[in-house]
Amino acid sequence: MVDVGLYNYWAVIVLMMTGLYVVIARSNLVKKLIGLNVFQVAVIMFYISIGKVDTGTAPILEEGIEAYSNPVPHVLMLTAIVVGVATIALALALVVRLYGAYGTIEEDEIAEMDAAEEL
Amino acid sequence: MNGGVIDTGLIDMILLAFLVAITWAIVRLRDLFGAVMLTGIFSLISACLFMVMDAVDVAFTEAAVGAGISTVLMLRTLALTKGRSEPHHNRLELGPLLLVVVIGAILIYGTFDMPRYGDPQAPVHTEMAARFIEQSGEEIGIPNIVTSVLGSYRGYDTFGETTVVFTAAIGVFLLLGVPRRGRRAGDALRNDIVLRISAKALIPLIMVFALYVQFHGDYGPGGGFQAGVIWAAAIVLYTLVFGLARAEKIFRRRPLELLVAGGVLLYGAVGVVTMALGGNFLDYDYLASDPVAGQHYGILLIELGVGITVAAVMVALFFLFVRRRQV
Repeated sequence: MVDVGLYNYWAVIVLMMTGLYVVIARSNLVKKLIGLNVFQVAVIMFYISIGKVDTGTAPILEEGIEAYSNPVPHVLMLTAIVVGVATIALALALVVRLYGAYGTIEEDEIAEMDAAEEL
Repeated sequence: MNGGVIDTGLIDMILLAFLVAITWAIVRLRDLFGAVMLTGIFSLISACLFMVMDAVDVAFTEAAVGAGISTVLMLRTLALTKGRSEPHHNRLELGPLLLVVVIGAILIYGTFDMPRYGDPQAPVHTEMAARFIEQSGEEIGIPNIVTSVLGSYRGYDTFGETTVVFTAAIGVFLLLGVPRRGRRAGDALRNDIVLRISAKALIPLIMVFALYVQFHGDYGPGGGFQAGVIWAAAIVLYTLVFGLARAEKIFRRRPLELLVAGGVLLYGAVGVVTMALGGNFLDYDYLASDPVAGQHYGILLIELGVGITVAAVMVALFFLFVRRRQV
């Protein structure tokens, strides 16, 4: 067995930070949400990584099996995924309404229009 | 592990490397359609990774949600906002880059205090989880520990999560429910005979599979959340191929809205009934004379409630996005 060591956590942190970068650096609102989605999956993956046990198997009771992976992170994360898609849908609905109001989904252009209106 | 057993450590590392490559492509790509498709692939590979890490229930959910429903919703948003590609140059921006490098370095520094990946002696495995693994067979009487924890030990939590899904759906109803004039979405795929026939063959199978996942969740991987999204995926496929008008004839607006609320109400009602029978809120022991039988009934009912709400919310959200007309 290849010893993964801490590699799993590091790869997940790289994914998380890439998602965060997209959220901060890109001005397109759909692209931001894609970044947020990547960030979210990375966080979920971090929890599942913590729950893994070397010799363990899927947490379904069965005769003759001694070790199971930790079921608690699985429970928390599977509900988080479904909640995640519901909240992403809410964000996408806001994007659609913003497009209706401003005619663009670029954050900087929306900010410029707001600034011009205030003057 | 011994020879002959697949080395999951290696698979794990390779899949993670794939994911890093895909996110890098997402950062560099200016084409939004491509970026959304890559997100779908990202989710599918994540689901494989969850499988490798023994989280079968999570893998199920991620495959149906990430690769199916959220991709479709994002594509519809692109169509509604006429988004094709980002207008700006995609050069790396130094400020944000510096920020995420610093945060990432701090987080990686933090991992040095963590137990190594897969360590059976990690503190997270020795307290609460150990008790669930040892006792749930006797106390709840069903093999799938994830379902025991989700439905019974942490039933409050799950009730909360179901309510959040319900609330998010109300938000989308408010934002997109307003009718407006404009061009209706066409049913372009209807004339594709290969798609039509394969969809007709697949849809009943997907729906039966969803029911299996719903009611077999006590014994194998599955449960209300997974079944709900799989069932909704079948309707999404139907709508994509045959058009919204035909789909809405089968799944009318009013019953769909009632189902969105009905699932949460069923969940809450189970809690109220257990209180009326003398127990605590969501204490299923009181549902039957034998506590283990009571747990069975309770989990079956609340999983049904979750399944109904999740399926109805996903279908309703999808319909709202499709019904919205282009300006």
